[in-house]
Amino acid sequence: MLTTENTVKWLILFAGKVNEQKVYLSELDSAIGDGDHGTNMARGTKDMEEKLKEEEYATVQDVFKKASMSLLSKIGGASGPLYGSALMAMAKQAGKDEKDIAAILKAGLEGIQKRGKAVPGEKTMVDVWVPVIEALECGNLTKETIQEAVNQTKDMKATKGRASYLGERSIGHLDPGAVSSGYFFEAMLERGILND
Amino acid sequence: MKKILNDPKNVLDEMLNGFVYANEGLVKRLEGTGVIYRTFKDEGKVGLVSGGGSGHEPSHAGFVGQGMLSAAVCGEVFTSPTPDQIVEAIKIADQGAGVLLIVKNYTGDVMNFEMAQEMAEMENIQVEKLIVDDDIAVEDSTFTAGRRGIAGTVLVHKILGAAAASGLSLKEIKELGDQLVPNIKTIGVSISPATVPEVGKPGFQLAEDEMEYGVGIHGEPGYRREKIKTSKEIAKELVTQLKKAFNWKKGDHYAVLVNGLGATPLMEQFVFMNDVHALLKEEELVIDYKKVGSFMTSIDMAGVSLTLVKLADDTWTHYLKLPVKTPAWV
Repeated sequence: MLTTENTVKWLILFAGKVNEQKVYLSELDSAIGDGDHGTNMARGTKDMEEKLKEEEYATVQDVFKKASMSLLSKIGGASGPLYGSALMAMAKQAGKDEKDIAAILKAGLEGIQKRGKAVPGEKTMVDVWVPVIEALECGNLTKETIQEAVNQTKDMKATKGRASYLGERSIGHLDPGAVSSGYFFEAMLERGILND
Repeated sequence: MKKILNDPKNVLDEMLNGFVYANEGLVKRLEGTGVIYRTFKDEGKVGLVSGGGSGHEPSHAGFVGQGMLSAAVCGEVFTSPTPDQIVEAIKIADQGAGVLLIVKNYTGDVMNFEMAQEMAEMENIQVEKLIVDDDIAVEDSTFTAGRRGIAGTVLVHKILGAAAASGLSLKEIKELGDQLVPNIKTIGVSISPATVPEVGKPGFQLAEDEMEYGVGIHGEPGYRREKIKTSKEIAKELVTQLKKAFNWKKGDHYAVLVNGLGATPLMEQFVFMNDVHALLKEEELVIDYKKVGSFMTSIDMAGVSLTLVKLADDTWTHYLKLPVKTPAWV
């Protein structure tokens, strides 16, 4: 179950993971994109971490809303609107029901797809969100499921975003957005959100 | 990396401050943002806002001024600006007749400008959006993000800027833009890559004697790599590609823009224009407008791009030629 406390902790752990792996994320992006995913995500999540630490929150919705605005105004590129839209949609859903984490993540996924128009199989973050939510609904989400979801983007051919210009040459590389989404869900598991 | 810089993290902020100081009286910076706006107020006229990642100077802030853009939003290097900043630019550009957003076709730019449009509409500002995708090096298919926006965007700024100054409505300017964009096509060649300051090394590798056709302005891969050729041969390849894309007839009217990508000196740009001129003459095209210079760059990438506009309407030529007062376009 989500509480304001564990949600803040989850997002701060996510920021920590992104900042730790900033160089790696940019390297992945250099291979099939423009090489700035790590720098951009680090800038955004660092700002989010600072903002989240600044005040107390009454509801989970407030936490997600604050995080969303921060990511939206600090990341830039395509990841800013995608993560920003995800968290904004999650905030809206949390306003209706704080307890149902699967419904909240589903709303987040819808936010991403509405903005980016991607469907599964296009080598994007959607390819991590979809199987993670499915596993969560079946009650068997583990670190391995997340890893597997991230790794399967390696064999996909990109048809959305900058990587799509590479066509076949995008095969064999992990999608950087999928990797950062993997950190997002790993942080959720490690903070024990599902057990609280 | 050898560059005249301080901390690479501060490059955007320091550049914008220097830019505004150098163009005092013409442009200002909205404090705490990457928004550059013109001091000239065109009340009751439509405002034009463009922007994108930085590293393409003088694009886009250099075209802010009387007769072109009302405001430009400058993002981090090669990174789209964020929606909150674009909204600020829209607000300052709105003189009561609405705002047109001119967006180059990149996934990030389109999403951020789209979000900003939705946010501004919630505040009751009329906003339209025009996506520019002039780079014919990329296939336009459902399997890619589509053709990219490059140097031709500058001519969109010029033509639509003149239309806005002439008092056209937002709806009319958007329609004009929709007709114009399919008639603008660009193709480029890169002979050495760009280095993003914060990254510190070139975005891709080209051997000393190699060049690549169709490279994007962020170093996106092109369509063919070969040994470096003469200006004449490069011009032949680019004109041939454009001819295929336009399918022109003798006597058709065109505008020509030779654009330097950042590190290519004007000397080479003029040599290249000379070769382009010879080829277009052979094709018996009527060239009503021409321009040479570095307008849409890619930091320190060396190379050129060639843009042709099919002048389907005399007013377009008229709009191209109307005088402006901006830092980078004369």
